[in-house]
Amino acid sequence: MDVIMNEEKIIAKDVSVFYGEKQALFDVNLSIDKNKVTSLIGPSGCGKSTFIRCINRMNDVIDICKVQGAIEINGHNIYDKSVDVVKLREKVGMVFQKPNPFPKSIYDNVAYGPTIHGLANNKTDMDQIVENSLKKAALWEEVKDRLNDAGTGLSGGQQQRLCIARAISINPEVILMDEPCSALDPIATAKIEDLIGELKETFTIVIVTHSMSQAARVSQKTGFFHLGKLIEFDSTDKIFKNPSNSMTQDYITGRFG
Amino acid sequence: MNSILLFVLLILCIFSFYYGQSRIKKISSASAITVKSLPHFYGYYQALWCALPAFLVIVFWSILEPIVVKNLILNQIQSTTLQELSKNELTLLYSQIVSLAGNNFSGNITEAVKQGAFSYKNFLSISQSSKIVLFLCAVIAATLFAHSKINNNVHAREGVEKIFIIILFLSATAAILTTVGIIFALLFETLKFFKTINIFDFMFGLSWSPQRAFVRDAGAVLTAAQVQDLKDAFGAVPLFAGTAFIAFIAMCVAVPIGLFSGIYLAEYASFKQRKWGKPIIEILAGIPTVVYGFFAALTVGPFFKVLGNSLGVEVSSESALAAGLVMGVMIIPFVSSLSDDVINAVPQSLREGSLALGATHSETIKKVVFPAALPGIVGSILLAVSRAVGETMIVVMAAGLAANLTINPLEATTTITTQIVMILVGDQEFTSPKTQSAFALGLTLFCLTLILNFIALRFVKKYREKYE
Repeated sequence: MDVIMNEEKIIAKDVSVFYGEKQALFDVNLSIDKNKVTSLIGPSGCGKSTFIRCINRMNDVIDICKVQGAIEINGHNIYDKSVDVVKLREKVGMVFQKPNPFPKSIYDNVAYGPTIHGLANNKTDMDQIVENSLKKAALWEEVKDRLNDAGTGLSGGQQQRLCIARAISINPEVILMDEPCSALDPIATAKIEDLIGELKETFTIVIVTHSMSQAARVSQKTGFFHLGKLIEFDSTDKIFKNPSNSMTQDYITGRFG
Repeated sequence: MNSILLFVLLILCIFSFYYGQSRIKKISSASAITVKSLPHFYGYYQALWCALPAFLVIVFWSILEPIVVKNLILNQIQSTTLQELSKNELTLLYSQIVSLAGNNFSGNITEAVKQGAFSYKNFLSISQSSKIVLFLCAVIAATLFAHSKINNNVHAREGVEKIFIIILFLSATAAILTTVGIIFALLFETLKFFKTINIFDFMFGLSWSPQRAFVRDAGAVLTAAQVQDLKDAFGAVPLFAGTAFIAFIAMCVAVPIGLFSGIYLAEYASFKQRKWGKPIIEILAGIPTVVYGFFAALTVGPFFKVLGNSLGVEVSSESALAAGLVMGVMIIPFVSSLSDDVINAVPQSLREGSLALGATHSETIKKVVFPAALPGIVGSILLAVSRAVGETMIVVMAAGLAANLTINPLEATTTITTQIVMILVGDQEFTSPKTQSAFALGLTLFCLTLILNFIALRFVKKYREKYE
């Protein structure tokens, strides 16, 4: 049993989300540990994606979406008026459900973030950043000879790893993953899961997933959402072996969802 | 006469429809058999049988009647007159006969014409009555045939649907054949033109003065000396240059304004702004081009002239600048709504991917959305160019008629479309190279816009495939 104190990276306090009149999340409270993988599970439409999109304020893009409550990262409320969304998203990267590489070359896909934030002083710097990011995303060996090919020409699994490389190229602190494997085959999924295990050494990872076995494999903590409410949040071991809520029990044993 | 017959046929059709429908219902309820199609198909079946044979009779009669009557009359004339008549004389005689029969002949009524007109009326009345008899026969025979078929519980639906497919097919073919016909008409007249004027003189000649090529006598053939003299009258380069120049000015106005408004509408406008803004911009597209034309000629042109005078610059009251500017305004909605569509088609996931990396909205547009939409935007600009090149009304009114080879936007210039209008307005001699040159210009314009459209559509298509 680990006795190292867990450092809390993200703390959600009474987070409620409304899409127009409809309330999608109800008073969610949870805390996410640094350098751990936290997974959010639950049936479709339970609000887990809505919640993860609150952490880098991606919901701002949607006009009718309103967020109440507070989410603190490193102790600062990201919904505070003084917070610059651009700076926030620099620190909190995201990988989406469907691989969404830009219609540019592999190199340019990874170089996009560092260029925008001015992280490289010259071409050599940039080459180094691109190489490191692709290596961390376990894609370097496969693409090092064709960095100028279109990113959209890669296979689905490679595209998703390219998107991960893109996300880590700007050195974020947190990486959010919204069902990153739902569009991939089992082999590509296994690769991404291995990758997640390695990435947690450097980053704090929150992953939304449909697959309970994936949550069990990759995460240290698991939250179960149902109808917009966080039903149970605990260590992954406890959730899968001995959940305290009967609804969680029903869901993980496949009785509904 | 034909319109009365067609009207009668229409009424008969309606009756047949209801008759066929009620007939099959009666049969099915009386003998308790399963009918093979729904009742209304039997209605259509009866109505189509009533209509189509009779309609074909009318069509064929209308085509054949004039030919047959003409031959009969001419034969008669040939046999009664002693001397041999030439083909032209016969045609003239026949048209005199027809006008006399129609009571609008003024001139010397000869015995032959009088005789001819008499027999013409005779033949016509015989033809009319036989047409009516044939028409009625067709209607009755076909109706009886369909009636007996319905009594035998025929497969009505298959026949009816086949006929409808044939009607749809014929409509589609008509549109295509018309296009092909127009192209061939253009092509043949153009070839005639190029027999007189060398194609290279036309394509690369630097002076355009088609009015030199008048022909005194219709039907006269130009002598070799005249043709030699006309060698430099049909150089179309000033027209091509003028067209390109005005289109260029128009695009200078339309592309930035249209593109930026498209980007604003697609990316920044709130739902409400979009709801109001888009239709208002599209109203611009609904203004008739003739209105833009006199706006350019009466408002913008003189305004530039006055402005130029006060600045001490010589500005012609008809200028490429005025025409191009107004044409640009006309094309704005075209560019704006096409680029709006193209930008909207860029997947939201790309925007989110960029925003999630901490890019601002404008960085996202500049570096991700715009490059992704670029092929579609280029396509829409090319479509806009092809509209600018083919636009007529504005340039006729505002650009001027003199074929100056100039790059000064303040001078009058002219375009392909303007010259076509100028050549074909009023009376023309069809054999004159001046008239034929309009067809050559038309064909050039057609090829030009066809190529532009083709490239543009390829661009748009290539871009669509990328996301689907």
